[in-house]
Amino acid sequence: MKNIFSTRWGIVCIGGIIGILASMLQYWGNPGNMGICVACFERDIAGAVGLHRASVVQYMRPEIIGFVLGALIAALSMKDFRPRSGSSPIARFVLGAFAMIGALVFLGCPWRAMLRLAGGDGNAIAGLLGLVFGIYVGTRFIKSGFNLGRAEKGYNSLGLIMPLVMVFFLILMLIYPQIPGQEKSGILFYSTQGPGAMHAPLLISLIAGLAVGFIAQRSRFCTMGAFRDLILFKQTHLFSGVIALILGAFVANLFLGQFNPGFMDQPVAQTSQIWNFLGMTLAGLAFALAGGCPGRQLFMSGEGDGDAAIFVFGMIVGAAFSHNFGLASSPAGIGPHGAVATILGLAVCMGIGFTMRKKLV
Amino acid sequence: MSEILDARGLSCPQPVLMTLEKIKQLGKGELTVRVDTQASRENVSRAVQKQGWTVEEIKEENDEFSLVVKKE
Repeated sequence: MKNIFSTRWGIVCIGGIIGILASMLQYWGNPGNMGICVACFERDIAGAVGLHRASVVQYMRPEIIGFVLGALIAALSMKDFRPRSGSSPIARFVLGAFAMIGALVFLGCPWRAMLRLAGGDGNAIAGLLGLVFGIYVGTRFIKSGFNLGRAEKGYNSLGLIMPLVMVFFLILMLIYPQIPGQEKSGILFYSTQGPGAMHAPLLISLIAGLAVGFIAQRSRFCTMGAFRDLILFKQTHLFSGVIALILGAFVANLFLGQFNPGFMDQPVAQTSQIWNFLGMTLAGLAFALAGGCPGRQLFMSGEGDGDAAIFVFGMIVGAAFSHNFGLASSPAGIGPHGAVATILGLAVCMGIGFTMRKKLV
Repeated sequence: MSEILDARGLSCPQPVLMTLEKIKQLGKGELTVRVDTQASRENVSRAVQKQGWTVEEIKEENDEFSLVVKKE
């Protein structure tokens, strides 16, 4: 059966829909230029379960839950559920952690970098350039034989672990719903102010997440693969999807009055361009070595990929490190140890890139 | 007898990269590429067609795909 979602027009439509939906989510309550941000939302989840205690970024984001479960539904209904794991999980965990650390120096994953651009935030330009540079460095490693080895088929229940964790998160949210003005509900933490306090209604976030998860799983939408395939194979397939995302969000932002061009006073952004660039260089390199942007890692974890799930947990732990150790930026600037962590992360990723190479053909 | 390339268990972009390297070595003829995800099946098909090869046949067995690609 032909998969219409993975045709050229399929990926363009899906990119456009995701862009419009992201803009709508912001309209419905999500933070500025953060209708969808995988890194930020996983960071908020880390806060919701108390892995870090940055009080302004604590919320069990239903979009993330929806991404995984939507991808699971798509995979199960299209016979594409393939439980697998065993491709250097510890390296993927470390890559996930440093990808998050880099993303939180910039303040956003590739998805949000594009949404920030579509919302007029000029600081996103340095971030996107850094992302592309990081992916370029990653492709040099891939070209010279870098790979994390083969995954093996696993039990069906193995592939269901990540989706079940997400179901558990959703149940926690329903048992311990947000109480207005309170930081804690049962075992979950919530923000009373800051980005963590800004969110669309639970049901809307969840449905939007499920929809994105479904179509992204079918189309293999990937914000890192877009640039990687362009650099590595001169292939514009995924790239046309991310361009459609930026345009979709841009047009929707114009209609909703959410386009505010400039560099200063942008929502959840910092203006140190060198660190915007280097933070995203680190994230881009880590995503390229791990074979997928943070969104794609969630979608793959929903279709049974245990290695992608490990990467996601690496990101969540990385978010905890970021906020516990002063690595994450804030609108006031980069964190006290953000620069050192970025350099260390680049060194570690380069080390992984240099030392894990093998000829396969 | 066509050559066989085993890209099972490898994630993007390895299967595509391996296939492109192999068809470059071969120049023309027939090659069977084995992959185990739908994403790899689609990506490899797309990549070889761009190089002027055709996908003659896709066999599915035990959740795995064998793509027979050809160039005269």
